[in-house]
Amino acid sequence: MPAPIRLRELIRTIRTARTQAEEREMIQKECAAIRSSFREEDNTYRCRNVAKLLYMHMLGYPAHFGQLECLKLIASQKFTDKRIGYLGAMLLLDERQDVHLLMTNCIKNDLNHSTQYVQGLALCTLGCMGSSEMCRDLAGEVEKLLKTSNSYLRKKAALCAVHVIRKVPELMEMFLPATKNLLNEKNHGVLHTSVVLLTEMCERSPDMLAHFRKVRKLSFSQLVPQLVRILKNLIMSGYSPEHDVSGISDPFLQVRILRLLRILGRNDDDSSEAMNDILAQVATNTETSKNVGNAILYETVLTIMDIKSESGLRVLAINILGRFLLNNDKNIRYVALTSLLKTVQTDHNAVQRHRSTIVDCLKDLDVSIKRRAMELSFALVNGNNVRGMMKELLYFLDSCEPEFKADCASGIFLAAEKYAPSKRWHIDTIMRVLTTAGSYVRDDAVPNLIQLITNSVEMHAYTVQRLYKAILGDYSQQPLVQVASWCIGEYGDLLVSGQCEEEEPIQVTEDEVLDILESVLISNMSASVTRGYALTAIMKLSTRFTCTVNRIKKVVSIYGSSIDVELQQRAVEYNALFKKYDHMRPALLERMPVMEKVTTNGPAEIVQTNGDTETAVLETKPPPSGLQPANQANDLLDLLGESDITPVIPTAPTSKPASAGGELLDLLGDLNLSGSPVSAPAPQIAQPPFLLDGLTSPPLFNDIAAGIPSITAYNKNGLKIDFTFERSNTNPSVTVITIQASNSTELDMTDFVFQAAVPKTFQLQLLSPSSSVIPAFNSGTITQVIKVLNPQKQQLRMRIKLTYNHKGSAMQDLAEVNNFPPQSWQ
Amino acid sequence: MIKFFLMVNKQGQTRLSRYYEHVEINKRTMLETEVIKNCLSRSKDECSFIEYKDFKLVYRQYAALFIVVGIDQTENEMAVYELIHNFVEVLDKYFSRVSELDVSFSVSEIRL
Repeated sequence: MPAPIRLRELIRTIRTARTQAEEREMIQKECAAIRSSFREEDNTYRCRNVAKLLYMHMLGYPAHFGQLECLKLIASQKFTDKRIGYLGAMLLLDERQDVHLLMTNCIKNDLNHSTQYVQGLALCTLGCMGSSEMCRDLAGEVEKLLKTSNSYLRKKAALCAVHVIRKVPELMEMFLPATKNLLNEKNHGVLHTSVVLLTEMCERSPDMLAHFRKVRKLSFSQLVPQLVRILKNLIMSGYSPEHDVSGISDPFLQVRILRLLRILGRNDDDSSEAMNDILAQVATNTETSKNVGNAILYETVLTIMDIKSESGLRVLAINILGRFLLNNDKNIRYVALTSLLKTVQTDHNAVQRHRSTIVDCLKDLDVSIKRRAMELSFALVNGNNVRGMMKELLYFLDSCEPEFKADCASGIFLAAEKYAPSKRWHIDTIMRVLTTAGSYVRDDAVPNLIQLITNSVEMHAYTVQRLYKAILGDYSQQPLVQVASWCIGEYGDLLVSGQCEEEEPIQVTEDEVLDILESVLISNMSASVTRGYALTAIMKLSTRFTCTVNRIKKVVSIYGSSIDVELQQRAVEYNALFKKYDHMRPALLERMPVMEKVTTNGPAEIVQTNGDTETAVLETKPPPSGLQPANQANDLLDLLGESDITPVIPTAPTSKPASAGGELLDLLGDLNLSGSPVSAPAPQIAQPPFLLDGLTSPPLFNDIAAGIPSITAYNKNGLKIDFTFERSNTNPSVTVITIQASNSTELDMTDFVFQAAVPKTFQLQLLSPSSSVIPAFNSGTITQVIKVLNPQKQQLRMRIKLTYNHKGSAMQDLAEVNNFPPQSWQ
Repeated sequence: MIKFFLMVNKQGQTRLSRYYEHVEINKRTMLETEVIKNCLSRSKDECSFIEYKDFKLVYRQYAALFIVVGIDQTENEMAVYELIHNFVEVLDKYFSRVSELDVSFSVSEIRL
């Protein structure tokens, strides 16, 4: 058998491959050669073969058959063999393979070897992939090596100790005595690794932390002064060639020490006091012309912010961040914006000073910087600067990328709601957002806006006029058109009569108004929801307008035979209103009463970047991408901000005009509407006034063992979600809900995410779902278990949010589930 | 904590990879291609820190080679940026004017 080729040859051959298939072929041939060579138990070339195997593993090909060979190499006496063997072990083996335990004895022997390099290799490998059993066995050896005088070994032993502590936290006390002397070393390598070890210990166990902070009874000095001394030496000492990086002496060690100081000083006054001087010194003396200096300053700023520092120091830190913002280097600006975001809650005023620079960053080209600047801007909006900031933010909304528009629009709404100086300004701002980013606004922006408009009674004429002008030009943005048609329906008489205090009144005739509404109805761009709005608006105008009632009747009767079931139903019912129940028409189509305001938990949610809230407990699956889902989760909570009042706001755009009062529902129920295709009014009476889009009638089928009827919580666009209930025997206030999601369309729904929120008095726990793909044609379902704790036995309500990919586009929907059967919560 | 350390060239070939957390082998190649796609699409005057899934990428370009380090939220990004440069300087000293070829051929030496 010819000698196997060297690693270099192999690499050269692979590089000549032109396609992926060629490369795979070469690799397979070589793998076969290696396997036969292994079978022959050839000692001389084993090392070479394993090296080649590791290379192929790095390229992504399976290499598990080499694991035993690695072990044999480790056991050999030659250093080159051991080296490759340990490298192979680090890369190919991990705790999951059973073979790794065989290594324990080898490592133990090598830890006591005479050559330091072999000991070093063993330490590296143990520190890389040691499992908890191995660590337990070998911790004693590691601790012994931590005390040797050989600095090469000491630093490796310290890193290995870090790994041991991570795997087996109970062994931490074993390493404690050894750490006493570690910081007395001169060698920076040892210093660095020991600081890492101390950091790990302090992070893991609060007892250790307390121990390190206290004064020790023996003559060893305290930890914090020791660290301060080392740091001072680093800064003050002159040029030392072996540790120098662009003029600064060992910045990596400086950064590590600063981080450890941060952990020690958090929430502890004494330690913080001891550090104040050195932090001020570092902050002022470090050179900022190079990136290195900036890295150290960044770490210093983070430390100052975290410990209990005096106010002068904090101001210094924020000024440093402000200086960073003006720097040309993008990295530094990004880092400054991130830190300012963290500190804006505590030091709000200081950050305000830099507001103009932050707003300038909105215009930057870089995506990460823009996102950070946007979040920070929302956090900085307050009563004084709201007009200016809004102008900038609206301009930003015009020009930013689509991925930002949704967040920006929601942020603007919340900020406007909290700080609007006048109602007119508020309405103007919202209209501006709708016209620029109309398709990206959240679903509930429309009802919120409608509610806002009804509340500002004096602005009705102005509002309807502006909305009319807006959709005259362009009726493609659905939310805008929905709001506009609703308003025209309600206040059409004000529009036609031409009275408007705020603005120049325009002359509009009734026919023109009907024209625009009809074109919305006919247009292909209108969603069916929008059409519903338009039809209802036309109907309402029949009582407000005087000379065009016949035209309205004609339009309504045309849609009595429309293909869209929703429109057809409405048209038929309105027709019936005209024919048989004309006497009731004015009463039914009266102006809407002023709606109660639901307070949203506004900007507080946006500022907290990690989405922690203290309101209703919400558990969702881990968000797929950074911040945005956290904001959406907060939005879900916002909507449930009220706990008890039955909200009167219509959450569904397709609600009929009679959603304002239960008595109207009763009226419609009593009417014997002939010719209506579905007995739709009847089930709607049984439901609470909270009509919900797509919610079918309550239990259609009986449930299983528990005896509690199950419900269909959501049924729209082919996605159906059923809830089945069980009460826990052990704890009577726990209800276990199993949801089943099924898909009746012809394409699968992928990346399905189910989120839920409950009012404050409940607690919710969401377990993992069975999968995230719902197969088509009802061929399979996704199951997920929700546990609800209801100690006060209140009526169970839940708001759910669904996101999924269907037919290549991402869909999302919010829905409220109210039809929980009483047995599930009583 | 550093999650991984990659050296990938512009054509997407991995020259060196070191993972400090367990990642399945087929997921590794996917991760590498996605990461390099993100880095390639950045222009020269955009900042070197990208947010990707639940961690951050710090990347630096040297001629045709990208060095990418994946870190989690607790790390100082600028310090890692410096670390990358320090690593390259060390390689430079070791190989005296290192180039991509040196990196591809001396994989085991660099790894250790």
